[in-house]
Amino acid sequence: MKTFVPLVIVLIVATGFGIWFQRTRGEFRKKKTVNGPTLTAAIVGTELGSRATMVQFSSAFCTPCRATKALLQDMVKTMPDVRYAHIDAESHLELVRELNVLSTPTTLFLNAAGVEVGRAMGTPKRAQVHAALAAIS
Amino acid sequence: MTVSIDARGPRWSAAITTVVLATALVTSNVWIIAFQAIVFAIGALRGPQFTPYALIFKSLIKPRLKSPVTFEDVRPPQFAQAVGLGFALVAVIASVTGAGGVFTVAVAFALAAAFLNAAFNFCLGCQMYLLILRARTAK
Repeated sequence: MKTFVPLVIVLIVATGFGIWFQRTRGEFRKKKTVNGPTLTAAIVGTELGSRATMVQFSSAFCTPCRATKALLQDMVKTMPDVRYAHIDAESHLELVRELNVLSTPTTLFLNAAGVEVGRAMGTPKRAQVHAALAAIS
Repeated sequence: MTVSIDARGPRWSAAITTVVLATALVTSNVWIIAFQAIVFAIGALRGPQFTPYALIFKSLIKPRLKSPVTFEDVRPPQFAQAVGLGFALVAVIASVTGAGGVFTVAVAFALAAAFLNAAFNFCLGCQMYLLILRARTAK
């Protein structure tokens, strides 16, 4: 029995999801209230930046994680008050749960005190990172 | 050491997979989904660069491409092949046992993943792996 109905449904739903997904990747989502746990240099494995810290969670089965890492590492070179920290999600599952990280790459933007002010899922664009950092006074 | 492969390969393979799974969904033919399950199994166990689709890419498509070669870790597409294998096996079993509804849903999910990979460069491992780990180790 041939029917095209399931195929058409799948293609329409997947296309809608794909467009939404591509648009929202890398987008900085600011938290309404900054009240999460305080992250320290000991937790993220790097000294915190005097203004902001970007903490990226990565995993092995993730191609865009590498691109994100390269971009953020490159960007902090010219920003003395911003630091970058990289965390392997798989070996830090407690932290992943505490911070409610759902996918990789996820980049948390911390203020000077080490509290998350917002995050970006997927590889952000350079301008999106600048905008996110500008939101941290 | 992790193996790196031409990043364009898995995406072309996903495009072929999309066509095969779409045909399986329309015809409800168990042999098509069984064939795709074998392709997924090769991709999941040996690596996505060894599937018949990857061989088509290497011999026919790659020599005609002019875009610069970028390399990627073999593990993300290999993970996606394993997920595809799971759906394909469910579909084969459903077809054999006469569970038509289950067949349609399983093939639909596999098709959606392959289509998203081909059309939007969707990375299944990025979205699913951490959730699976979290679920597996949940107390």
